[in-house]
Amino acid sequence: MVSWRLVPFLAAALVLAPVGVIVSSFFAPASDIWQHLVETTLPLLLTNTLWLALGVIVGTAFLGISLAWFTAVYEFPGRSFFSWALLLPLAMPAYVTAFVALGLFDFTGPIQTTLRSWSNADLSWFPDIRSRLGVIIVMTLAFYPYVYLLARNAFLSQGKRSLEVAQSLGLTRQQGFFRVVLPMARPWIAGGVMLVLMETLADFGTVAVFNYNTFTTAIYKAWFSMFSLHAASQLASLLIIIVFVVVVLEQQFRLRMRYAENKRSQRAQRIRLIGWHNWLVVGFIMSVLFFAFLLPVTQLCIWAIQSFTQDFDVARYLEFLWHSLSLSGLAAFFTCLVVIAMVYAVRRYPSPTTRYAVRAATIGYALPGTVLAIGVYVPIAWLDGQLSEFFLQWLQIETGQLIQGTLITMLIAYLIRFMAVSFYPIDGTMQRITHSIDEAAMSLGLHGWAMIRKVHVPILKSGIFTATTLVFVDVMKEMPITLMTRPFGWDTLAVRIFEMTSEGQWEQAALPAVTLVLAGLVPIVLFMRQTEK
Amino acid sequence: MSRFNLNYCLGTVLILSFWLLAYPAKAAEVVVYSARIEQLIKPMFDAFTKETGIKVKYTTDNEGALLARLQAEGKNTPADMLITADAGNLWAAAQEKLLKPVHSQVLESNIPAHLRDPHNEWFGLSIRARTLVYNTQKVKPSELSTYEDLADPKWNKRLCLRSSKKVYNQSLVAMMIADHGEAEAERVVKGWVANLATDPLSDDTRALEFVAAGKCDVTLVNTYYYGRLMKKDPNLPLAVFWPNQESGGVHVNISGAGITRYSRNEQAAIKLLEFLSSDKAQNLFADVNMEYPANPKIAADPFVAAWGSFKQNSMNLVKAGELQTTAVKLMDRAGYR
Repeated sequence: MVSWRLVPFLAAALVLAPVGVIVSSFFAPASDIWQHLVETTLPLLLTNTLWLALGVIVGTAFLGISLAWFTAVYEFPGRSFFSWALLLPLAMPAYVTAFVALGLFDFTGPIQTTLRSWSNADLSWFPDIRSRLGVIIVMTLAFYPYVYLLARNAFLSQGKRSLEVAQSLGLTRQQGFFRVVLPMARPWIAGGVMLVLMETLADFGTVAVFNYNTFTTAIYKAWFSMFSLHAASQLASLLIIIVFVVVVLEQQFRLRMRYAENKRSQRAQRIRLIGWHNWLVVGFIMSVLFFAFLLPVTQLCIWAIQSFTQDFDVARYLEFLWHSLSLSGLAAFFTCLVVIAMVYAVRRYPSPTTRYAVRAATIGYALPGTVLAIGVYVPIAWLDGQLSEFFLQWLQIETGQLIQGTLITMLIAYLIRFMAVSFYPIDGTMQRITHSIDEAAMSLGLHGWAMIRKVHVPILKSGIFTATTLVFVDVMKEMPITLMTRPFGWDTLAVRIFEMTSEGQWEQAALPAVTLVLAGLVPIVLFMRQTEK
Repeated sequence: MSRFNLNYCLGTVLILSFWLLAYPAKAAEVVVYSARIEQLIKPMFDAFTKETGIKVKYTTDNEGALLARLQAEGKNTPADMLITADAGNLWAAAQEKLLKPVHSQVLESNIPAHLRDPHNEWFGLSIRARTLVYNTQKVKPSELSTYEDLADPKWNKRLCLRSSKKVYNQSLVAMMIADHGEAEAERVVKGWVANLATDPLSDDTRALEFVAAGKCDVTLVNTYYYGRLMKKDPNLPLAVFWPNQESGGVHVNISGAGITRYSRNEQAAIKLLEFLSSDKAQNLFADVNMEYPANPKIAADPFVAAWGSFKQNSMNLVKAGELQTTAVKLMDRAGYR
């Protein structure tokens, strides 16, 4: 058996290989492009990126935490439905939410058009959706489920008990929430927010729809428009460094704390909301659900029906669907397995080096998709070249590509990208297993696998479900890596969306997008409803 | 845990089977990397296979990603042909030595000189004309003349443009630099930016919709976007205007292709390229997206031809590649986002 100690280092090495490819160009000369950027667009790009990141963090934290708190601690009509329905927006790719939002609220959309036809009046008061606030709102609606899901896990496992203790010590409910409950849920919330931050920084599709230029836009521009992969890599390296600093800081904070579990079976009674409070909470949840899910899905369905006759081939769509589902399933399984091994390794050998190795392994999520895709592809192509050289030289066999163009490449690439997504939920639950739990188990004669099966798995289960769902849905929405590494003919729903949108046919993309959203609901309903029971 | 076990077995079987399937490379097969999307290439490939029996295998992605991929794969690449939707990226592929020259009488007679690489590394297969489209209720055609004229203050708050990030706009500005020099081109682009009625839009269709809805009066788009929109709603108050007819002509870009440097099936790939330039495929290639055939002997689709004939700019498209970086920097300086 492989020594567990090595797992985090192997995983980190896997991630650092593509990062290395990117960073290695840091010292290559591309100074003219840098100077050009500094003189022209860079200041605006940086402010744009900063505001976007801040706005989306604040937005998702607010929505995620408040929704998680309501559904975890209070009782109100429809609570158990809402608690998993609030995850539905997870299935919406952010770029899809974005183009639907523009389609609806922009100057040419039905709302402004109708208003114009009524009043014929000046509509300059109508807020411009193609604005900084517009991007922030769309991204917040698309990304809040990360925070919601993780915060909810935290609240469910500690929530009301600690609130009761706080209240018994004389704090009001509100004080208790801010001074006890929230700090105790910190690693989960921080994990969710980290995911949101990484996703926001790496995003290209959503900001492109808004023509809102960020740091990532500059990376793509240097690469695709100015043909300088060097300059693009240098910009991407900067991004990596910034994210790494944030990750390390978060790790530093976390080291000083310990978090213990409160058994879920002993969960306290929910607080029943009374009177108009019910409707306030339900109204709030409904409006989030409406804007983040119902409205975009309805609009997509309308477009899908309109383009249905032109582009529908049952056999092909079933094939896309099967590819999407099987790839996402494989990747989710594979990624979670590696992350569980990694998290255990840290538990067994908690040295600072191991911890940093683990955190390094999560950095892949912060890189713009195409940049990471090529970073992954270069070492694999190199290895493949060496292999085929070897076969040709020593065995006289012309093998062609061995690793590229197989699902293995895809799975490795997905692993590199999505380790962060499964790390935060699984690590969060792992924090709940204190060493005294282990000691108690051992004193009862449980060791090794028996202890893992009987003690750890039941506690970790919710984290693993969360992680599997997140990776599953994320892989399904993923575009650049899928495009670059897919074997011939392995087109997925996301590939289909790409085909449509790359020629500006947004409405035509609605059919694959709706299918993608529906397919994404499968794991959400499957896993999340299970954790609700 | 049984679900996981099942998954695992399934996964292993899948991975192994695809690994095995991946490597017997067949002889009579051309592998294509295409930035032109599936719907716009598959009909021609099917026709080719039907005629010659040679199979075509393809994968689609963004131009930049395909170029980077070809570069990473080096001589181990499975690709025989690269197709893009613009000239700049073909030029870049040739610069990176990813393509190889093809000497073919057929291609040279079918494709006009300005639409192919002087070193024969790539060939245009369809023409994408970038022209003016105006709102018929707000603009008289006599008001319109040239791309450069859109910088005139009389168009203040009347112009809509797509983002400068799109290569079509970069090629257009590159052409203006080639025609007038950098300083004059920058003056024009600055004028455009000053005349914008709203922030640059994310795609041509959106720009057309804004003109139709009356947010602005005129925009700059590739004609097939106009065609698509008019097919959907023939009553839109939009019409095409061919600019620069007294001077350089309408800016055209291409969708084109080249043979990869390390192609293993060069002969079959050249056959495919020649087929795509021939009268058998040219109409399919252009009409499927309402573009213009690159081969001048072939007439455009009647729906497209109805927009009128025009003089095209005969600058060799190599210039669009060579000047692209300069054009991008110029647009940045001019504040064109």
